[in-house]
Amino acid sequence: MKKLVIGDKEFGSRLFLGTGKFGSAKLMEEAVLASGSELVTVALKRVDLETETDVLLSHLHHPHINLLPNTSGARNAKEAILAAQLAREAIETNWLKLEIHPDPKYLMPDPIETLKATEELAKLGFIVLPYIHADPVLCKRLEDVGTAAVMPLGSPIGSNKGLKTIDFLEIIIGQSTVPVIIDAGIGAPSDAAWAMELGADAVLVNTAIAVAGNPVDMAKAFKLAVEAGRMAYLAKLGKLSVVAEASSPLTAFLG
Amino acid sequence: MGFKETYDLQNWGEAKSSIYDKTSRDVEVALASGHRSIEDFKALISPAAKPYIEHMAQLSHRLTQKRFGKTIQLFVPMYLSNECNNICTYCGFSFDHRIKRKTLTDDEILREITEIKKQGFNHILLVTGEANHTVHVDYFKKAIEIIKPHFANISIEVQPLEQKEYEELNTAGMYAVLVYQETYNKARYGEYHPKGKKSNFYYRLDTPDRIGAAGVHKIGLGALLGLDDWRTDSFFCALHLDYLQKRYWQTKYSISFPRIRPAEGVTVPEGVISDKELVQLICAYRLFNEDVELSISTRESEQFRNHIIKLGVTSMSAGSKTNPGGYTVDPESLEQFEISDERSALQIAELISSNEYEPVWKDWDRSFV
Repeated sequence: MKKLVIGDKEFGSRLFLGTGKFGSAKLMEEAVLASGSELVTVALKRVDLETETDVLLSHLHHPHINLLPNTSGARNAKEAILAAQLAREAIETNWLKLEIHPDPKYLMPDPIETLKATEELAKLGFIVLPYIHADPVLCKRLEDVGTAAVMPLGSPIGSNKGLKTIDFLEIIIGQSTVPVIIDAGIGAPSDAAWAMELGADAVLVNTAIAVAGNPVDMAKAFKLAVEAGRMAYLAKLGKLSVVAEASSPLTAFLG
Repeated sequence: MGFKETYDLQNWGEAKSSIYDKTSRDVEVALASGHRSIEDFKALISPAAKPYIEHMAQLSHRLTQKRFGKTIQLFVPMYLSNECNNICTYCGFSFDHRIKRKTLTDDEILREITEIKKQGFNHILLVTGEANHTVHVDYFKKAIEIIKPHFANISIEVQPLEQKEYEELNTAGMYAVLVYQETYNKARYGEYHPKGKKSNFYYRLDTPDRIGAAGVHKIGLGALLGLDDWRTDSFFCALHLDYLQKRYWQTKYSISFPRIRPAEGVTVPEGVISDKELVQLICAYRLFNEDVELSISTRESEQFRNHIIKLGVTSMSAGSKTNPGGYTVDPESLEQFEISDERSALQIAELISSNEYEPVWKDWDRSFV
């Protein structure tokens, strides 16, 4: 199967993971390994950059795992850019998941600040993956300013509600020139499979795995679902039809 | 314009009656609802909800995990001063208590945080009484400046300040402000706070508005449970939370559940909230508001804290001293109240882990402030 390329990296797995909300760092590590994921996001605010043995990071030291620091907690472009620079220095990667949600209740991403920060960070040499609402115009604007991918939400973050933004995700996938990663709200492997069937390039999952009764098995289930969804997409699903196609009453006279 | 206008539309007696009049049918409607209203909250804290506590706990557990994961944040209080010009009839620091007063110097603050830091904390809460001539905004700014290089997250629980002062502290690196109304019953409030700046009920009531307008990241609310009917006080507190969240939408909120504790020269009021009722209240807040942080302090017993982890709370203090200099500088200075759970931070972290939850020491970065 063709690998996913973002920036300068190739990914065999199209499942990306979040590292928060797990009952322990060890369990998080086991779930990440079971998922086969090669890109995991870590909140900068959770990492103690002053110790060399940060608990979270020390459980992610595996050669196949790439770290994607995120700016969760930033309320505007200025804070996010500062946090990004700190992350680049401390975690030694120019990859960044840009999260700017000034609204702590629903954690809705701020499109204006996100666009501003993406432009600035791309100029500073970051590989920027911005978390955004499923807004097709915003996606095109982000492409214009040099985003490496777009990460539209399926439904509110942490909600496990699935692909509520389906109509807009389809538009985004249809017209994007950068990889589309469905980021938030994916609550079950079936949601992930569905996103991949639609043609998403990858999905990012956290809550649905972290708070599952058995996070490791759930991670495996997501791995299989993402693979199945991608395979179905490539195999081209049969088109849905709402009516029988036996006759063409309007055009039958054409013979 | 502040919460005062919303508050003045309410009547304590009527609010209390409407809570006590709730029926099991009201509770069932509240439990089944997808978007719970303040009336649903009343039902969930009412006596009629008592038989539904296990059901409430199950829902609260699930909602909390979904939003916050299997994690509990740890923080430590540090008392900077026990000087106080207020008379609060339930408080160990009350002006009329003839006790030795102490305010930490810069050097003493540094010694205290060095000791606290050894326990692993990265989130700290600075606490004082109200002594505006010595413990004022410049003092707080200096304290934050000293502490900032050592802690990721600094919160304060001090006397109400002006909006401009909160803005200054926000810029200096402060993350959150906790201010409890004590009781929302205006008449009783006057009896408990007969002297000092704190006796102005409405100035305190509108304090969270000033904090929100100043753009502070988080506001902590609460009522001192036991000063009056805990149900009615909690209704007003939830109303306050709802009001603030709509206006200051960029701010996070937390609720604390201080229960009256024994303190020097203080008689504990009768009829304080029971353990079972406190669980009911915690779960009711979670069902009413899925994203509010819920915090439990060392006022609570070991037994209670052992079991509360999975029920809806999201942060806990540990290894706390409630006297200025209590960690190393002056362990014998007067404390605000007696703590109940005396276990160390490490022991509490182990307790959290044994519940298959992750103790979180750091969930903020000073680069954001």
